[in-house]
Amino acid sequence: MKGRHAIGVAATLLFTLLTACDAPGPMWFWMRPESNFARILQDLFTQIVVLAVVVFVIVEGALLWAILRFRAGSSTRMPTQTHGNTRMEIAWTIAPTLVLVAIAVPTVRTVFETYNPPKVANPIRIVAVGHQWWWEFQYPDLNIITANEIVFPAGQQVNLEIKSADVVHAFWIPKLGGKRDAIPMRTNVLWWTADQPGTYYGQCTQLCGTSHANMRLRAIVKTDAEWQAWLSAMGSATGVPPSRAPENVQRGYQLVSTGACIGCHAIKGTSLVARAGPDLTRFGDRITLGSGLYPNDEAHLIAWLRDPQGSKPGNKMPNLGLSDEDAAAIAAYLHSLK
Amino acid sequence: MAAIASAPHFAQEHGGHAKEHDNSLWSWVTTVDHKRIGILYGVSSFLFFLLGGIEASLIRTQLIVPNNRLVDPDTFNQLTTMHALTMVFLALMPLTAAFFNIAVPLMIGARDVAFPRLNAFSYWTFLVGALILNFGWIYGGSPDSGWFAYANITSRQYSPGPGMDYYTLGLQVLGVASMAAALNFIVTILNMRAPGMTLMRMPVFVWMTLVTSILIVLAFPVITVALIFLALDRMVGTSFFNPTGGGDPILWQHLFWIFGHPEVYILILPAMGVVSEILPTFSRKPLFGYHFVVYSGVAIGFLAFGVWSHHMFATGLGPIADSGFALATMLIAIPTGVKIFNWIGTLWDGAIRFTTAMLFATAFIAVFIVGGLSGVMHASPPAVLQQSATYFIVAHIHYVLFGGTIFGLFGGIYYWFPKVSGRLLSESAGKVHFWLTMVGMNIAFFPMHFLGLDGMPRRIYTYGADMGWSFWNLVSTLGVYLIIVGTLIFIGNIVWSVRSGVVAFSDPWDAATLEWSIPSPPPEHNFDRIPVVASARPLWDWKYGAAHSHESHAHAPIAGAQHGDDGEHIHMPNPSYWPLVTAVGLAVIAFGILFWIPMAIFGVFLLFFGINSWAFEPAG
Amino acid sequence: MTASHATATTHVDTSPDSGYGTTLRISHRKLLMWAFLASDCMFFGTLIANFITYFTRNEGTSPFTFLDIPYTSVSAFVLLMSSLTMVIALACIQRGDEIGMRIWLVATALLGSVFLGGQYFEFTEFYHKGMQLTGVNLFSSAFFTLTGTHGLHVTVGVIWLLSLVVVSFTKGIKSSESLNVEIAGLYWHFVDVVWIIIFAAVYLVGNTMTAPPLRGG
Repeated sequence: MKGRHAIGVAATLLFTLLTACDAPGPMWFWMRPESNFARILQDLFTQIVVLAVVVFVIVEGALLWAILRFRAGSSTRMPTQTHGNTRMEIAWTIAPTLVLVAIAVPTVRTVFETYNPPKVANPIRIVAVGHQWWWEFQYPDLNIITANEIVFPAGQQVNLEIKSADVVHAFWIPKLGGKRDAIPMRTNVLWWTADQPGTYYGQCTQLCGTSHANMRLRAIVKTDAEWQAWLSAMGSATGVPPSRAPENVQRGYQLVSTGACIGCHAIKGTSLVARAGPDLTRFGDRITLGSGLYPNDEAHLIAWLRDPQGSKPGNKMPNLGLSDEDAAAIAAYLHSLK
Repeated sequence: MAAIASAPHFAQEHGGHAKEHDNSLWSWVTTVDHKRIGILYGVSSFLFFLLGGIEASLIRTQLIVPNNRLVDPDTFNQLTTMHALTMVFLALMPLTAAFFNIAVPLMIGARDVAFPRLNAFSYWTFLVGALILNFGWIYGGSPDSGWFAYANITSRQYSPGPGMDYYTLGLQVLGVASMAAALNFIVTILNMRAPGMTLMRMPVFVWMTLVTSILIVLAFPVITVALIFLALDRMVGTSFFNPTGGGDPILWQHLFWIFGHPEVYILILPAMGVVSEILPTFSRKPLFGYHFVVYSGVAIGFLAFGVWSHHMFATGLGPIADSGFALATMLIAIPTGVKIFNWIGTLWDGAIRFTTAMLFATAFIAVFIVGGLSGVMHASPPAVLQQSATYFIVAHIHYVLFGGTIFGLFGGIYYWFPKVSGRLLSESAGKVHFWLTMVGMNIAFFPMHFLGLDGMPRRIYTYGADMGWSFWNLVSTLGVYLIIVGTLIFIGNIVWSVRSGVVAFSDPWDAATLEWSIPSPPPEHNFDRIPVVASARPLWDWKYGAAHSHESHAHAPIAGAQHGDDGEHIHMPNPSYWPLVTAVGLAVIAFGILFWIPMAIFGVFLLFFGINSWAFEPAG
Repeated sequence: MTASHATATTHVDTSPDSGYGTTLRISHRKLLMWAFLASDCMFFGTLIANFITYFTRNEGTSPFTFLDIPYTSVSAFVLLMSSLTMVIALACIQRGDEIGMRIWLVATALLGSVFLGGQYFEFTEFYHKGMQLTGVNLFSSAFFTLTGTHGLHVTVGVIWLLSLVVVSFTKGIKSSESLNVEIAGLYWHFVDVVWIIIFAAVYLVGNTMTAPPLRGG
């Protein structure tokens, strides 16, 4: 009876280890770290898990042995009325203590090693500000503000300052490191150096209201050359379409720059300068929309514009009552911003 | 069943049922008898357990497939918040209170608790608190900011509805109920033990009740202050937790967790006590290392106040605080481990009978080991930065609270049900219940470890189909459905066995402690004659002789009586409705604060009227 | 509970109030009060800790410019004296002097009320000078919740003492029932000791440690 239980536990455990090792490593799977910081955390975690598994096997094994071996069955035997054994008590107090010391020492060392960013020559300083329910990214030294997709090069250290504009959020890009809370009136710090270019997934992990589940983000890690190109593109960006732009795009620009959009959004080079909602400079360059929620393609953008609430419940962006044509025009304009 | 030596009887056996009890509704409303109050707590808490289970089932069904639309995000946030609040405060804590009530006086040889009316007051106040907390389902929306309600989303600005007001007032009232009960049990355990029952001869369950009660008495005042501050912020405009007013949201987290961490030990220690009673009985040998188990429980209680910020490792406390709390948290794993080893030592070389109670008790150990180990993984701040606020934590929580507390308490129900009702629960139905629950629980919660490692955050109402989380979410939900089936069988077992179960006499399990020396169910006054105790296993030594006991005495382990009283001249406290009136006064105050201040003022008068009448009620 | 039997040896006090029949030889109600006071320690401890956290957040004027140490020392002395009268009241009833008990209980309640009156006066002064419970001045929020909670405790105590006096007039209190007065006394002394600590933490330590107007946190 209990034997089957034992096999079930063992099988589950084995399966766990197998799937963990064998996992394909999607863009959020932090056990395949993609930065130095994430690697440090994963090494520590692995050490702890190994010790935990050893303890598990020994203790669970002893338990299973006891319940299998010492069943009374039909016997009416009175067992020896042992009250205890002080030596065993001492032994099994010292043993876990040693295991815990083996966890405590690397833990404390890692705390001090990873708490503050290592001093490097030219870190890239980014400020992440959590809003309900999107992420603002400021590059104070570079005069750039963007939203929802944090862009930086591989191989250079990023020092991230994490703040909040309203309630407590948390910033997490699993493959690049651990998470930190975004607390209003406080600044928390994370840091990492990404191993290689790629796109990584991130999400808010502190319940922050209706669309907490939809407050996602992307980390776009670029090569050095791409990073320089991005910097200069962001620097020289203008939201005014050139005169040779298609009519739809021109009309979209008209709608955006004279409509309700100016109440919340900013687009560099235009008259839109509000910061209540995400900055839309070079919006067409982004791969997701709605704070990492949907692919940034025409169909999703038009759906968003026509029904922001339906796309993201609780969305602070109101329904503007746009017609199909207007929505298409605005979408065309926004996608032209590259 | 092994031959049971004839046990001493400290009260007259009255056949299958005790002499006729007044079973009217009024007698239940005015009861001050700890056994009846225990039943009231037990039934109510179980109903709330079902409510919390429904909430859990809705949550899991929403998450069974990606992008599901069973409930909208606001409802989902209410469900997750209320599931946790209901389970912690309305199911688990009152269920442990049921056990305290039913078992502790019997185990220490007392006729009731120290303050019977205060005991009744605790129960009625708990019901009032439960009503306030759940009122949002009827009107205005339930609390939806998580059971730990982190500021500042709980401010009036970000939570404009009455949900968080139900939270502050409901928890405040529940705190009053818990405090009253805890104070009562501290006095009862310290001051009403049978002669000869020194502290180190008390059953471990009584010890755990004492430690838990002390934890309640010292931890609840902290959340009382936090809730007052939150209520002031929301209702009057202070800024204790409001950053725009200069306040600090982190202060809430500190205050909450200084209460919250002892709270989780309040939830687990009683179940550990129950397991410490069941294992020796069904191994037919004493608890291994009684002293060490007791000291470990005390140590856990003590250390519980030193680890709270391990819930806050992602908030940026600084490396010194992070390290300090990490070390303290690891320290608390040591007494926990010692208990586990002593339980295994109890089983070792025993003669184990696998009744349903015993199945739950051993499963408790097996499952708690998993939950405890994942807890150790969370103790390391850098490592926890990847686990925090993910389903890895949810897995840990449910392994220790479901596999831990609930398994332990189910074991306790099967164990003490015969004492309370005079009938045995069906063992065959019990075993089906156990296996469905054990298998279901592991299917429901083990995959959450994978989901957490895979990056799935907590408290999200949905997730994308491309995240790779779909499979384990599906499996987990199916596990929950299995638990539901098991629970239904359990309900059927209770309902059937109360009337038609095998009749139980005093000592159906051949146990060692005093409660098994009186009839099932006990007479109102419990013991005709208060026993005199000479060891930690008084009934066992009487049955099998002191030679089998650690403490051998020349005279009989349970000497006769205290003062030659018999059943006729024992006076029990009269029933009273003043505890209920006083509890209603609290309800009127709370609802007045919520909806209409003049009603609150009337409530204060009602409260004082209730207290005054209570204080001057004739002793009779 | 077992009915107590008259025993042949008459010097054994078998009344429940004496702790007869209890394991620790202390009455249940006294033990309950001690346990309750332990929790009240945590309650006030939390409020004091919160005050210490927030006493530097006093946007605008530092209220320490309002706090009048001589004035508050007098009211603290008044409360301290009330503990003395409480002790005397208990001593009276323990030797059977019920009239003395009434006098000294009234004196205690009176001194407690003078303390409360002083608090009320002080708080209205603060209010008129802009220091209030609500708003952005966290120092004052913490101050008022701490001292207000203490004031509520004193008020409950005053009502309790006066109701003992009423009971004494209506039903009478015998010297064998002095436990009722003793338990009220325990509560009263606790409330007094808490005030000493608050006075030290708020008026003395906090005052010397805070410079005039600090910018808020």
